[in-house]
Amino acid sequence: MELYLLCLALFSIGLYGVVRKRNIIKIIIGLSIMEYAVNLFLVLIGYRMHGRAPILAKDQQILNMVDPLAQAMVLTTIVIGLAAIMLIVSIAVRVYEKYGTFDITKIRKLKG
Amino acid sequence: MPLSPLLFIIIPLAAAFLVVLLGRGRELLGYIFSCCSAFILLFASVSALVFVHRLPSHIFIYNIGGWVMPFGIGLVFDAFSSLMLVVVNLISFMAAVYSLRYISRYTDTWKFYSLFMLMIAGLNGVVASGDIFNMYVFLEIASISAYALVAFGTEAQDLEAAFKYAIMGAVASLFILLGIALLYSYASTLNMADLALVLAEKPHGFLVSFITALFLVGFGLKAAMVPFHAWLPDAHPSAPAPISAMLSAVVIKTLGVYALARVVFNILGMPSKALYVLMILGAVSMIAGAALAVNQRDIKRMLAYSSISQVGYILLALGIGTPLAIIGALFHLINHAVGKSLLFLNSGAVDHAAGTRDMEKLGGLNKRMPVTAGTSLIGSLSISGIPPFAGFWSKFLIIVAAAQSGHLILAFIAVIVSVITLVYYLKFQNKVFFSELLQGLEKVKEVSLSMNIVVISLAAISIVAGLMLLPSLRPLLERAADVLAMGANYKDLVMGGLR
Repeated sequence: MELYLLCLALFSIGLYGVVRKRNIIKIIIGLSIMEYAVNLFLVLIGYRMHGRAPILAKDQQILNMVDPLAQAMVLTTIVIGLAAIMLIVSIAVRVYEKYGTFDITKIRKLKG
Repeated sequence: MPLSPLLFIIIPLAAAFLVVLLGRGRELLGYIFSCCSAFILLFASVSALVFVHRLPSHIFIYNIGGWVMPFGIGLVFDAFSSLMLVVVNLISFMAAVYSLRYISRYTDTWKFYSLFMLMIAGLNGVVASGDIFNMYVFLEIASISAYALVAFGTEAQDLEAAFKYAIMGAVASLFILLGIALLYSYASTLNMADLALVLAEKPHGFLVSFITALFLVGFGLKAAMVPFHAWLPDAHPSAPAPISAMLSAVVIKTLGVYALARVVFNILGMPSKALYVLMILGAVSMIAGAALAVNQRDIKRMLAYSSISQVGYILLALGIGTPLAIIGALFHLINHAVGKSLLFLNSGAVDHAAGTRDMEKLGGLNKRMPVTAGTSLIGSLSISGIPPFAGFWSKFLIIVAAAQSGHLILAFIAVIVSVITLVYYLKFQNKVFFSELLQGLEKVKEVSLSMNIVVISLAAISIVAGLMLLPSLRPLLERAADVLAMGANYKDLVMGGLR
């Protein structure tokens, strides 16, 4: 239970970074922290104490196994997260080229 | 099904890949590829709609790889998802055909077509998928390509808007993912029908309410519901016109409204608190979007605020939750998709021909661009809800449903917002098309034929779409609304379809 709450805390820290920080790089870091929190949570819900990978083989009985579906989901979300973060970072680099600053309060050409 | 259901995902993915592989430096090839595949998809989606409605159970399930559904991933074609597929593929075909002339102002257009097809693959996947994690994956495919497409112009404003959109969208996706993770830990399954089955048997404690809240925030961000709307008025105007049309007409509805409706109605079984939240936030979105749209000078920005307002109508009707209201919501979803894509494409045509989207610098274009002016008038009147056009009927249904279910104040607000909508659309018509021809605009010419054909067909659709309420066509909407209105009984529909 504590571990789950820790994940939620990590998620909240990331969310705080995204919402409150003014530097775009720090915002992106906050986003990564959120993503790690969710990935960690996914791994945790698939974990069983002293469990092992459910690979079926001869002469082996696996009584206590971890949930492989959650691990497959984590792999997928890591790849998706990588794509999203890469795109966002490349947009951030172009934003810096255009505006010459990382401060979001100074990046305000759009009105409203 | 006449064509393999997997084609909805394979065709756009393959087209995206082939355009990257072969399209570099060959401008026309990407266009032909994307138009052809969008046309095949439109044909396939219409045939899927007809096929599903002819089945006695009105549901078709395709088990990917032969793995039967609670264990494998399935594509579920019920009345709701097949109707949504037609909307998505119709608008994307129109946007693809329109792109040729408009997009030639940019360099590296093959990237545009590739991303465009990738986005369609994501949208079709979201609509068809019967597995909630699979839906999330497709949602991310569509979102990431949408971020890239918003930034396509790589001007300062485009990048700023894309950055904002990408951050908000990524946060929304993470909320959705956290909701899915919690749901999985609670129900130990990811299949939507199976989730509904398990949730119906287990008691709904604090956790399910928390999951509902996470989904409301996540999908609400994607649908630009009002406290989460800040990205939309920047992102939609900054994108190239065909993409603005896609974003406003299809993307916010598929990733936001459709996915939200699926999760809240069919998986979580219409929790009354969530419906109440949807109703209130829908009403707030309606008012705020309309109020902010009135004073906009940029045509596309006004249209973007109008999208927030009209999506508010759809959410309000979904929140009311009676069968009539859901029919109204789905019908308004279709009408708004057609009307708003028409108006965004026309704003692109004005921008293309006159070089500006500022309403103060435009005027009297109806003599120079008759087709654009005429179709814009039809689109504007349809969205603001003037009788012969389709938008009137859907708004009328929503207002009647609100009054019938005892929400007289909401019905009144819906009428008032409709009037405000008419006001700002008439202002737009007056400033851009009807007033005196301003100096410097004498040489403006009507845009090319392919663009004109697209907007004329969209205008024709927004006139005849009212016919969907005729008794012979009404089952299209009624059965789709039934799928939502049956709530968690969706599981029985799917289990019946599996047999």
